[in-house]
Amino acid sequence: MSMRIELSSLNVYYGSFLAVEDINMVIEPNSITAFIGPSGCGKSTLIRTLNRMHEVIPGAYVKGNLTMNGEDIYSPSVDPVKVRRQVGMVFQRPNPFPTMTIKENVLSGYRLNNNKMSKSDADALAEKALKGANLWNEVKDRLDRPGSSLSGGQQQRLCIARAIAVEPEVILMDEPTSALDPISTAAIEDLAIELKEKFTVVIVTHNMQQASRISDMTAFFTIADTGLPGKLIEYDRTDNIFSNPKEKQTEDYVSGRFG
Amino acid sequence: MTTASVTQNFQGSRSLPKWLAPTLLAVAILASFSINSALASSNPEATQLNLFAVALVAVITYSIGFYLASRIIEGQRKSADRLVTILVTGAFALAVVPLISLAWTVVERGAARFDIDFFTFSMRNVVGAGGGAYHAIIGTLEITGLATLISVPIGIMTAIYLVEYGRGALARAVTFFVDVMTGIPSIVAGLFAYAAFVVIFGPGVRMGVGGAIALSVLMIPVVIRATEEMLKIVPNELREASYALGVPKWLTVTKVVLPTALAGIATGVMIAIARIIGETAPLLIIAGFTASTNFNPFDERMMTLPVFVYTSYANQGSDAQTYIDRAWTGALVLMLIVMILNIIARLVSKYFSPKG
Repeated sequence: MSMRIELSSLNVYYGSFLAVEDINMVIEPNSITAFIGPSGCGKSTLIRTLNRMHEVIPGAYVKGNLTMNGEDIYSPSVDPVKVRRQVGMVFQRPNPFPTMTIKENVLSGYRLNNNKMSKSDADALAEKALKGANLWNEVKDRLDRPGSSLSGGQQQRLCIARAIAVEPEVILMDEPTSALDPISTAAIEDLAIELKEKFTVVIVTHNMQQASRISDMTAFFTIADTGLPGKLIEYDRTDNIFSNPKEKQTEDYVSGRFG
Repeated sequence: MTTASVTQNFQGSRSLPKWLAPTLLAVAILASFSINSALASSNPEATQLNLFAVALVAVITYSIGFYLASRIIEGQRKSADRLVTILVTGAFALAVVPLISLAWTVVERGAARFDIDFFTFSMRNVVGAGGGAYHAIIGTLEITGLATLISVPIGIMTAIYLVEYGRGALARAVTFFVDVMTGIPSIVAGLFAYAAFVVIFGPGVRMGVGGAIALSVLMIPVVIRATEEMLKIVPNELREASYALGVPKWLTVTKVVLPTALAGIATGVMIAIARIIGETAPLLIIAGFTASTNFNPFDERMMTLPVFVYTSYANQGSDAQTYIDRAWTGALVLMLIVMILNIIARLVSKYFSPKG
C-alpha cells in the first residue's frame, strides 16, 4: 500500500511570513518524486508539511488543501501524531538516538509509543527493517552496539530502517545524502529505488544528477528574491524536466545557467 | 631540487637552553632565602623564617628572570608567550593554594576524633571528652534527603516546562523568579520555612522537615538551572526524529530527551546537594539543635552536621579542646560526604551518558 498525495492551493507560513505560495500538485503512489531548486526556495518547508512536521516550529501553519488518498490531513479532527505514523521521514543529517543500541533504534517507533511486542517478533521486525534498508549484513553481529558507533552512511540507512520499521505509506527524505560520501550516496539511491515498490517516496535534493538518476517525477521550485515566497515553477516527468523543460527558468537551472 | 639550493627561510629562531630553567629556579630560591634571612636577622621580633615569604619572593624573582632571559635570547613573540603562561599558571596556583590549605587543615585537625565513637554516639549526657555526631549525621542525611526528594521532581519538571513547553509571559515570569530565587540568602529561606510552620503549628515550632523545606527553597533554583542547561543541549534533531516516528510530545520528552540528558542532570543534582548540605543558618532557625538522636523529621528538634560544628565551637564546655576537636571532625565528615556524592555523580555520568 502506498498513498496518492494531492496538494491544492497550498500556502505555507512561518508566522506572518509566507514561505511557499500556491502549490498545486499530485504525487503519485509507488513513484519517486524529487523536489529541486536553489537554497531557500521552500523545498524542505514543503516536504515538512506532508507529515505535519512543519507546525512543530512555533508560529508555523498551513493554508489550503492537502489530501492523502482523498483524506484531508489538515482537517481539525486529524491528530498530527497519526499522520506521522503513516508518513515516515529521513532527515538531512543522520540522527540515530544516542542512548539506544542499533536494534533499539530500529524498534524505536514501537518502543517509544509504549507498544509491547514479544522478543521473537521484535527480532524478526528488526531483521526485516534492516534488510529493507540494506544494512543487515553490515550490522547483524553488533545489534547491541550504540547506533552512533556506525559510519555516517550506515547511520543514515539506520534512520531509514527506523522509518520503514513502523510500516508507513509514504517516506519523505530531506536531502538524505548531502552529508554522505559518493559510495554511501549510491547505496541510499539504490535503496530509494527499492523503496518505491512499497511506498510513495518524496525526496528533496540539491544534486540534479541524483534527481535525474532516481526520480520518476521532478518538481522545480524557486524564489524571485529573498523575502518573497517560494513557488512551484514546473512539475513534470523527470526526463521532460531535464531534457525538454517548458519553462525558461527550469532550463536555466538544470543546465547550470541559473541567475 | 638539489641540496645546494636549500634556503634558510625557516631557520634562525633560537630557543632557551634546557639547563636555564632549573638553574634560574635554584638561583631565585637561594637569593630569596638570603634576602629573607637578612631581613629576619635585622628584625628582633621575627622568631623564625617566614617560608611563605621565601616562596613568594623566589617565584617572583624566577618569573622576572625567566621572562628577561627569554626576551633577550628568543625575541619578543616567544617571550610574550612565556609571560602569559607564567601569569596563567600563577593565577591557577593562587586559586588552588587556599583550597589545599583548607582541605589539609580540616583533615589534620579532624583526624583527632575521627574514630568509631564519633559515628556511633550522640552528645546525650556527654560533658567534656567522648560523645560523637551520630545524631547530627542522621539529621543531615534525613533533612538533605527530604530536601532532595522535594526539590528534584519540582526542579526537573519546571525545567522541562521551560525548555519544552513554556512560551510567552508565563515562561518569562518563571525564568525571572528562578533567577531571583537563586539569590535568596539562606537565612531568609530559614525564616520563610519557620514562618510557614508557625502559621500551622504555632510559635516555637522545631521540625526536621521544616529544615528540608528551607533547603528546598535554596536547592530548587539550582536544580532548575542545571537541568535547563542540560535539556537545551539535547539536539533538536532527536526531538524531530521522534516526532517523525509518530511519537507524541510527552513520550518524546520522557523517553528521548530525558534519557539523553540524564547524566548531566544527575551531575547537576549532586552539585545542588553539595550546595545545600553545608547550610547552617536556616537549620539553626527551624530544625534547632539538640544533643539527642531524633529519627523522626516530623517531630521535635533535629541536629545536623553544620549546626553541630557551629554549636560545638560556639558553646565550648569546661574542657574546651574536646569541643573544638569534635567541631573539626564534624567538618571533616561533612567534607567526606560531599566528596562521596561527587564520586557518585562522576560514576553516574560515566555509566549513563550516551555512548558512541
